[in-house]
Amino acid sequence: MSEPGTARLAESDVVHVAKLARLAITADEVERYTTQLGGMLEHFADIDSLDLSSVEPMTHPLPLSNVMREDVVKPCLDRGEVLAASPASEDGRFRVPPMAGEA
Amino acid sequence: MTMTAEPPEAAAHDVDDDVDIVNGYELVVGLEVHVELATNTKMFSSSPNHFGDEPNTNIDPVTLGLPGALPVLNKAAVEHAIRIGLALNCKVQPSIFHRKNYFYPDLPKAYQISQYDIPMNIDGFLMLPDGKRIGIERAHMEEDTGKSTHVGGTGGRIHGSEHSLLDFNRCGVPLVEIVSRPDIRTSEQARMYVSELHDILVAIGASDAKMEEGSMRVDANVSVRKPGEPFGTRCEIKNVNSIRSVGRAIDYEMRRQIDLIEGGDTVIQQTRHWNETDGRTHTLRTKEDADDYRYFPEPDLVPIVPSADWIEEIRESIPVLPAARRAHLSTVTGQPASGEAISVVTARGQDEYVLAVAHLGGDAGRALIYVKEAFADGPDVPAADLAVLTRLEVDGRLSATQAKTVLAELVANNGGDAEAIAAAKGFEAMDSSALESVVDEAISADPAAWEKYCNGDQKAVGALVGRVMKATKGQADGKAVTAILQSRRDA
Repeated sequence: MSEPGTARLAESDVVHVAKLARLAITADEVERYTTQLGGMLEHFADIDSLDLSSVEPMTHPLPLSNVMREDVVKPCLDRGEVLAASPASEDGRFRVPPMAGEA
Repeated sequence: MTMTAEPPEAAAHDVDDDVDIVNGYELVVGLEVHVELATNTKMFSSSPNHFGDEPNTNIDPVTLGLPGALPVLNKAAVEHAIRIGLALNCKVQPSIFHRKNYFYPDLPKAYQISQYDIPMNIDGFLMLPDGKRIGIERAHMEEDTGKSTHVGGTGGRIHGSEHSLLDFNRCGVPLVEIVSRPDIRTSEQARMYVSELHDILVAIGASDAKMEEGSMRVDANVSVRKPGEPFGTRCEIKNVNSIRSVGRAIDYEMRRQIDLIEGGDTVIQQTRHWNETDGRTHTLRTKEDADDYRYFPEPDLVPIVPSADWIEEIRESIPVLPAARRAHLSTVTGQPASGEAISVVTARGQDEYVLAVAHLGGDAGRALIYVKEAFADGPDVPAADLAVLTRLEVDGRLSATQAKTVLAELVANNGGDAEAIAAAKGFEAMDSSALESVVDEAISADPAAWEKYCNGDQKAVGALVGRVMKATKGQADGKAVTAILQSRRDA
């Protein structure tokens, strides 16, 4: 992130995030998104002006916890059907292009 | 005669001295261990969690990341994860899930559901059998990835492959990642840690922890430093698939880093791949920063907030752990708790059996040795039968060699009457009066040796005992023979 006192978002941040998301964006788009995303961050900055020292961080918008299911096996999808819907398959497995390297 | 000074017994077990110093450098290791949990179903869906099935037969919309599919947490997986935390002396706290985003086809959602800054278990420890304490930083839940097979290129590696094939049976299998603190100082400690962790996981039933099947996987963070200095730059070693290679990989990596530093280079933080065949580690990739994964809270899952009652209920389900079992077996058998016999027998889960033999009047020390030597495939011999055999031996009615022969019969027949087997082998005939007459025969057959023996020549006893052994086809107890000879001489 950029230095305090300057814009909340630098163009290099946008380029970095686009790379992580595997998005090819043009120089024009970098400029536009930097402005737009910066505007959004500016909006959230309003929250920074509030005193939230006594407010617990919210981990989920719903007042729920411990939603779980029993450990019981249910029928699976049919392999033939699923593989038929994929772009390519081989030996009962999904066939994908070579990977550039581990993530 | 020169006396050789023996080092004091304690020196070999002194924990503080247990530091590998090579060329003035100290080894620093932290281990990350992934274990697949022993559930029936996956972490967030109801497909079977089962190793070795036909590819892509255990799949469902959640596993495949199909649009609209939503995860629902497996209660049994949570219980196993809490059980692991408790067994490792962790604090069990409310936790949430995060998405760890990356593009790699082994996770079709393009993110892994994991726990990030608020993990389930924190601040625990594991005691090694030698008494060294290894801190546990955290033990958190996450889902496993699918299995990729790289086709073309060399050796099934990614580099140069033409395409990859994906099997999603493993995708979504529940995992717990156990992260140790960098408290490990020798490769032997690393091996002990993995071995002890394995035994604990099996004992509590949380995982089958089979390194050869990948249900327990070890990554080692290795660095070196001059003692007292800050930690050096670490490298993460992956693909360490056996307890033996844990030690080998760490020793190699330590050497590599020292050579780099001594040669004026620096260690670069990176992930390295252990190659079992050439015994080296190879560069896999330079480490991405944590925030490159764009972690954010998983909106499809709510927090896990285990109640104190639930945690207690799980705690009560935890059996006696291996360390306590070894200590108990040590007390009963009189053998050292960190010794090989006790380690092996406890790891096989046969300590209960040895205790049962002792309870039935058998000799616990002998039973421990028998079980270690002869019961690698499990005790199919009733404890009562083994108890009889150990008594026959410690009461001097069978020699060690004879007892071994009877033991082999017991194992071959899944039990039996040790006394009857001994009798059938003719061992029973070696009662004291029968033995005395054989000794007397030996004396009359070799009067010269007898005279020498009576005149104080201890070496002559060998010839007489040898005759008795020959006459009894080795079934006589050497100690008993010597005792009879002595009593004849002193009479």
